[in-house]
Amino acid sequence: MISPELAMPLALALPLVGFIAIWLLDKQPNLREAATLITGGALFALAIVVFAAVAGGARPEVTVIEVIGGLPIAFHAEPLGAMFAVIASGLWLVNSVYSIGYMRGHGEEHQTRFYMCFAVAISAAMGVAFAANLFTLFIFYEVLTLSTFPLVTHYGDDKARNGGRIYLGVLMATSIGLLLPAIVWTYAITGTSDFVPGGIMADHADAVAPIAGVLMGLYVFGIGKAALMPVHPWLPNAMVAPTPVSAFLHAVAVVKAGVFSVLKVAVYIFGVDFIADTGAGTPFMWIAGGSILLASAIAMNKDNLKARLAYSTVSQLSYVTLGAMLATQMGVMGGAMQIAAHALGKMTLFMCAGAIYVAHHKSLVSELRGLGRVMPFTFGAFFIGAMSIIGLPPMAGSWPKFFLMLGAADAGQLAIIAVLMVSSILNVIYLLSIPVQAFLKAPPGANHPFEGAWYDGPRYDADKGPVTPPRTPIAEAPFACLLPIGVTAAGSLILFFFMGALYDFLLPMIGGQ
Amino acid sequence: MNLIAQLPVLPIVVPIIAAPITLLLPPGRAPHLWASLFSWLTFAACIALFMQVSANGPISYELGDWAPPIGIEYYVDLANALVLLLVSGIAAVVFPFAYRSVQLEIDERQTPLFYGALLICMTGLLGVTITGDAFNVFVFLEISSLSGYALIAMGARRDRRALTAAFNYLVMGTIGATFFVIGIGLLYQATGTLNMADLAQRLIGQDNRMISAGFAFILVGMGLKLAMFPLHLWLPNAYTYAPSAVTAFMAATATKVAVYVIIRFIFSVFNFDFAFIGAAFTYVLLPLGLAGMFVASLVALFQEDVKRMLAYSSVAQIGYMLLGLSFATVEGLTATLVHVFNHALMKGALFMAVACVVLRAGSHSIHAFAGLSKRMPVTTWAFIISGLSLIGVPLTVGFISKWYLLQAAFEAGHWYAGFLIVASSLIALAYVGRVAEVMLLREPAEEGKYAMPKEEAPLSMLIPMWVLVAANIYFGVRTDLTGGIATRAAEALMAMAGGAP
Repeated sequence: MISPELAMPLALALPLVGFIAIWLLDKQPNLREAATLITGGALFALAIVVFAAVAGGARPEVTVIEVIGGLPIAFHAEPLGAMFAVIASGLWLVNSVYSIGYMRGHGEEHQTRFYMCFAVAISAAMGVAFAANLFTLFIFYEVLTLSTFPLVTHYGDDKARNGGRIYLGVLMATSIGLLLPAIVWTYAITGTSDFVPGGIMADHADAVAPIAGVLMGLYVFGIGKAALMPVHPWLPNAMVAPTPVSAFLHAVAVVKAGVFSVLKVAVYIFGVDFIADTGAGTPFMWIAGGSILLASAIAMNKDNLKARLAYSTVSQLSYVTLGAMLATQMGVMGGAMQIAAHALGKMTLFMCAGAIYVAHHKSLVSELRGLGRVMPFTFGAFFIGAMSIIGLPPMAGSWPKFFLMLGAADAGQLAIIAVLMVSSILNVIYLLSIPVQAFLKAPPGANHPFEGAWYDGPRYDADKGPVTPPRTPIAEAPFACLLPIGVTAAGSLILFFFMGALYDFLLPMIGGQ
Repeated sequence: MNLIAQLPVLPIVVPIIAAPITLLLPPGRAPHLWASLFSWLTFAACIALFMQVSANGPISYELGDWAPPIGIEYYVDLANALVLLLVSGIAAVVFPFAYRSVQLEIDERQTPLFYGALLICMTGLLGVTITGDAFNVFVFLEISSLSGYALIAMGARRDRRALTAAFNYLVMGTIGATFFVIGIGLLYQATGTLNMADLAQRLIGQDNRMISAGFAFILVGMGLKLAMFPLHLWLPNAYTYAPSAVTAFMAATATKVAVYVIIRFIFSVFNFDFAFIGAAFTYVLLPLGLAGMFVASLVALFQEDVKRMLAYSSVAQIGYMLLGLSFATVEGLTATLVHVFNHALMKGALFMAVACVVLRAGSHSIHAFAGLSKRMPVTTWAFIISGLSLIGVPLTVGFISKWYLLQAAFEAGHWYAGFLIVASSLIALAYVGRVAEVMLLREPAEEGKYAMPKEEAPLSMLIPMWVLVAANIYFGVRTDLTGGIATRAAEALMAMAGGAP
């Protein structure tokens, strides 16, 4: 059995081994994909090892190297990070299967580069998950940005170039321009950048209190990956990437690394009580609330399916930021749960969008009418994912909404409860309308939802009376695309029943037993 | 009289003897091999010297056994041991690198002259760094500058504008040197000595107009040499039109040595008891450093010529060094020393990558970089990694520099400077990103002026370049040498100047 102390550095090193293997197997696609899958499976196992150890109360620590005096690259597993690592590595494995189906079904070029960049990105995500201090977090945060840039610009055309420029520009500008000074400032005041339960600011309250709001602002906007408005434009622009990239990186690894970092900073650097005492989080709580509604409103007007999902992501990410800024234990808990629930739900939706594109080359919502009867499985899964995002039981997404409302009530912010309610209604409108249209509306060229556009034979036979058109021919995406969709959709359902276990697991984070 | 006792003089004596012999060698391969060999020997001597200083503390060496202040003293402490290591190290990498580049850019008959001048230039820079005698600084400065003018002018074979660039540099550099020697003269008038340690002793309590004027002349003179904004006008042209290898060498060393001289004079000759030192920090170095960071970065952003862009970037980076210095704290001085070292690594590597492109594409215009990742992937990645270092991305030396600088800014209470530092880094992100995008995402020119064969640079260039790129990453993770030594050096300098610890 591998010890958790060993598992953490291995989790970073393993994808890099995979990276080299993928590179060497450039000319043999089957072996190359096998390398990705084996790496993914092993990585998931390593994340489970760490998760199990943390569940058992252990807090494994590893110091890799001391870079500047007092600033080591070090790893330290705690509940939030262990959870993020399991989600990211598990969904990477799922997404790798999907990528194989999508990239081959689509006959994409540069597939080797694609898988190589993915491997580096997941390694960086593991580094973010296990980072023991802000310094380490920042390093892997930047590696994650850079390693995903070639994925965003995958197609290499003008659109991709433009999207890539905004992607890199916003993420690097915020991280170097705001996050880095925030980290150094924190270090200059407190003399440490370690993540400590209860936060490190409270001991230096005199120095920090006057600038607590400024520092908080530097963090929440500096962590551009959390896509809090107005630093969100990189996310819709990243949608020029192939769908597996959007599904995994821009619904799970990259954006979750962002909100995860926000939660980490709130809980382990500021400390929930310190935020509540200084009121440093309040302005950003309102900005997050505004971001939730505004992004939903924009999403409603997007006809492009991926763009709609992207703005939905911007909105949903702000739930996590909101939870952190509420500065109550239940708010933080809700934010943490949202990371898990939204990852499963949004990834399902993105993979469905990709499946629709692979099978029928449709990318606009308005083109999807009647398609549900042709792709019943895909749209069924889409329905489940959409319900989870909205927060309807029995889907995992309902719990984070519940805890966020509890947190808002604890903080006495009734208006925030109203924001959450309105947001859910908006979600219903722009997400549920998609499967509803697909199942219940008539396809283009037909008069009735149950009438197939593919059937142009006679409707009435003189001898036999009315002719029943044959069953709708099913035309789903390749199996490698459907399997992962089934896994994450089922995950959304199952997690609903196991959220209690996750609650117990995360409880030490907010000081519970 | 064993060799170890003579160690401090070896980095000067070895190359200065080797340089004239270069002229006797037949043109072609021989001068290059000869110069490379001696750059390595010098580097070895500097490593030995560095180890000795690091272990046993400062070394004082009396030239010809003439005791100072009459004789010339070489004084090596951690600060200049680090700079010596840097200059000789860069030389040891750039000299072997130069061969193919020089073959293309310089008339073969001139190669003995070229490599001879290169060795002399290196010697001059090492001499400026090692000496403990104020006038001797001037002498070595002129040795390095005069050979530098000649080296830049040799770029005329490719582009005649190198001649005017060299002439401009000659005029400005000579004014700088003259100012410097006037300053030394005033100090000599006041104290009757030229030895730095002795000067420091005799200056105590002598706060008068002559001393102030002397300091002002030295600061402005050196400001010209180190291209302190707005005295930088000679630099962009000189770097752009000089032969590629010369640019790589000078950009990584010449201005750094001038920064070192300023540090040495401020901390070892003068001290914080002089009111004008504080005034120089507050009213000269801080605002000019900040202005340079922004103005030069913005100018760099709009350059169509990559070499010129990097030259302006150098002016901006010098702004960082002056800024760190102006905080007048141990942290600030550490940041400056660290950045002197780190910036040499990144700029050296970047200019070497440009040299590789010039070798294949025959141009350093940004159009020649289009689609370079398909033509010369190894060079492209060297440029990108060192470019990331220039921006200050983690795991590179640029990040370490930026961290020290930011930390110094916040601890000194200049939090606004902290934000200006990162804002200026963002401009660096824009100009490096622009070139990176052109290299990665544009299609290479198939025909016309910028068409080039799909051919990587020769190994004789790739290996030295990647040595520097690797150093960019190595020192981005291990900072014992840079950060650790720089902190010790800064503490020692600060103690000399009697500043707050």
